[in-house]
Amino acid sequence: MSDQMPVNAEEIMAVIERNDSARLRAWLKTCTSCGLCSESCFFYLANDNKPEFMPQYKARKTLGELMKNKGKVTRAQLEEMKEVAWARCTMCRRCSQYCPFGIEIAVMINVARQCMRTQNVCPDRLMTIDQSYVEFGNQMSIPDEEFVETCEWMAEEGQDRLKDLEIPIDKEDTNIMFVVNSREPKYYPQDIQEAAMVMHAAGENWTMPSHGWEATNLSMFSGNLKVAGQVTQTLYDAAIKLRAKKICITECGHAYRAAKYEGPYWTKQPGGKAPVEVTHAVALFHSYMKEGRIKLKHKFKDAITYQHPCNLSRSGDLGELGDELMEMLCENYVPMEPHREWSHCCCGGGGFIPMGADYKKTRMVAGKVKAEQIQKTGAKFVLVPCHNCTDQINDLNKEYNLGIKVMSFKELICELMDLPPHMKPEGEEDE
Amino acid sequence: MYAFVNGPLVWIAFAVLVLGSLWQIVSLYKMSKRTDKVYYDHYNPGAAAASVWAWLMPFGSRSWREHPGLTVGTFAFHVCLIAVPLFALGHAATLEFNRGIAWPSLPDAVADKMTLVFLAAALFLLIRRFAVPQVRIVTECKDIVVWVITVLPFLTGYLSAHKLLLDPDTMLMLHVFTGCLMLICIPFTKLAHVFLFFMTRAFIGSEFARRGTKTW
Ligand code: SF4
Ligand code: SF4
Repeated sequence: MSDQMPVNAEEIMAVIERNDSARLRAWLKTCTSCGLCSESCFFYLANDNKPEFMPQYKARKTLGELMKNKGKVTRAQLEEMKEVAWARCTMCRRCSQYCPFGIEIAVMINVARQCMRTQNVCPDRLMTIDQSYVEFGNQMSIPDEEFVETCEWMAEEGQDRLKDLEIPIDKEDTNIMFVVNSREPKYYPQDIQEAAMVMHAAGENWTMPSHGWEATNLSMFSGNLKVAGQVTQTLYDAAIKLRAKKICITECGHAYRAAKYEGPYWTKQPGGKAPVEVTHAVALFHSYMKEGRIKLKHKFKDAITYQHPCNLSRSGDLGELGDELMEMLCENYVPMEPHREWSHCCCGGGGFIPMGADYKKTRMVAGKVKAEQIQKTGAKFVLVPCHNCTDQINDLNKEYNLGIKVMSFKELICELMDLPPHMKPEGEEDE
Repeated sequence: MYAFVNGPLVWIAFAVLVLGSLWQIVSLYKMSKRTDKVYYDHYNPGAAAASVWAWLMPFGSRSWREHPGLTVGTFAFHVCLIAVPLFALGHAATLEFNRGIAWPSLPDAVADKMTLVFLAAALFLLIRRFAVPQVRIVTECKDIVVWVITVLPFLTGYLSAHKLLLDPDTMLMLHVFTGCLMLICIPFTKLAHVFLFFMTRAFIGSEFARRGTKTW
C-alpha cells in the first residue's frame, strides 16, 4: 500500500536539517575520495572487492542522493537506497577508523535510514518491531506478566543447580538492575537463569524490573529515533524508580551502545550521560572474577576464540575487558585477527538479524570474513557476548561448516564455577 | 599584466587564503557550538591530539601501516607540497628583496629534486584514481580539477627554473598565477582539508575515546 504513496520530500528534509551539523559539513568538505575506507569494510571484502560496496560510495548513494535532490526522489529510488542502507552496511563504524579524516559513514547511513523511515521505507520486520516496542515495551511482544512468570519459573528450576536460587523482581535500592534481551524470555530462558546463578554466587544485591526489563533497542537501527528514545527512557525510569545504582545490560551488543552512548542524546540527558550508570555483563563478570567473588573449579581447557561485537568493543569500551575475562576463564584463548576495537563485524548487527529471512543470503555472503577469521584460529569454541552475533555465528557455522560451538560468558562461568558448599544443591554437598 | 600578477595578485591571494580560511573555520566552529553538543560534552584534548598526531606521522596509524604504498605516495606528495614553496630559494630571495625579511631556504638542487618527487607522487595519485576501481568509483570531476590546480604551480615553477617550454618571464608569470590560484582555492574547495583535517580528527579522536577505543 505504501508503495503507491507519494514521497514526502519535506519530511525527508526535516530529518536532514535536524542532523545537519558542523561535523557532517566538514565530512562532506574533506572527503578526498582516497578510498582508504574500502578494505576496512567487511561487505567490500566479502563481495570480492566490488567497488559498489566501498563505504563512501554507499553514503553517497543514500544520504548523498537525498541531499542532492533535496528529498525529491521516487519510491523506486528509495527502495534502491534501502538495499544499500540496510543490506550493505551494519553501521559497525570500522571504516571511520581507517579514514584519514575520521569520516563517519555509519552516521551518514544512519541519517539516511531515518530519512527513509519517515516514508515507511525500511525492512518490514524492523518496522514491525518499532510497533512492538510501542505496544509491549519490547521487541518480542511479551507482556510484562509473562516475563515475570518466566523469571519465577527459571528461579525455581534453577534451584536444582544452585540452592535457593532467586530472581528478585522490583527490589529497591539494589546495586544492579539487570536487564535482558527479550530473546531470552522468549527463546532462551536458560540465559536468565544462568545470569542469576552468576550474580547469586557472587553475592550480588540485584534485581530485575517488572517493567523496563527490555535491553535491546532495534529502533536505533530502523531509524525511528522517537521510539528508540522511548525505549531508553523506560529503562532509565525503571532504574530511577527502583533506586538501583547501576543498570547492567545482558550479553547483548547494541543494547549497551544504545543505553550508554546514544540513549542519553535521544532522551536529552544533560551532559550526554545516562542518569544511572550503565554497565554490561562483560564488565560485571570481569569484576567478579577480579575481586575473587567467583571461584573456578578449573579454567576452560580447549582452544577457544572470542567474538568482539562492534557495539561492545568498538562503539563501547569493552574490548580490553573482554580479552581479560577470556584470559581469566580460559587456558587456551586464541584471539581472532584483527580483534578488539579493530574487529570485523560479523554481519549480525545493525538490525541485520531481525531483518529476517529476506536478508539471510546477504548476511551469509557478508559473514564470510568472520567465518574465515574463526577458521584461522583453529578453535572449536567461540565465545560470543552478544545475542545478534550469536545468531549470526550459529548461522555461519552451518553455512560454512565451521564445526564450532558458540558459548556465552554466563554459560561458561556456570560450567566452570566452584560454588561455595552452602549453595550446592542437595546431594551435591560435600559436608 | 606581468606587474599585476607579480604584485597585487600575490597579496590578494594571500588575503583570500587567510580570510577565507578564517571565515570557514569560524563559521563551522559557530555552527558546531549549536549542532555538535556530543563533541563538547565529551571533548578529550589528549585523544584529539593523539589522533591528529598519529595520522600526521607516516605509518603512525593502523590505516597507514596497512597501506604502505599509498602512505609513501601521500607523504611524499604532502611534504614536498608544503616544503618546496615555503623554502624554495627563489621564494626566499623574493621575500628578502621585496620585504627585507630573511627566510631560511633550501639549496636549489634540493628544491629541484623535491619538485620532481612531488610531480612523481602526484602522477602516482592520479593514476591510482583511475586504476583502482574502488577509488575510481568515488572520483568526481572536482577531484581532478583540484589535482590540476595543485600540480600546475610546481610544473610551471620547474619549467621556469630550467628555462623550458616558454620564455622564462612568461613561464614565471604563469607560475605566480597558478600559485595564486591554488592559494585562493584552498578555503573553498576540497583543498580545505588542509585545516579541516585538524577539526575532523579532533572530533573522531574524542568521539572514539569516549567509547574507550582508538582511531589510530
Ligand atoms: S577514507 Fe575517508 S576520505 Fe577516503 S574515501 Fe573514504 S570517507 Fe573519503
Ligand atoms: S560502518 Fe561498517 S559496514 Fe558500514 S560501511 Fe563502514 S565498515 Fe562497512
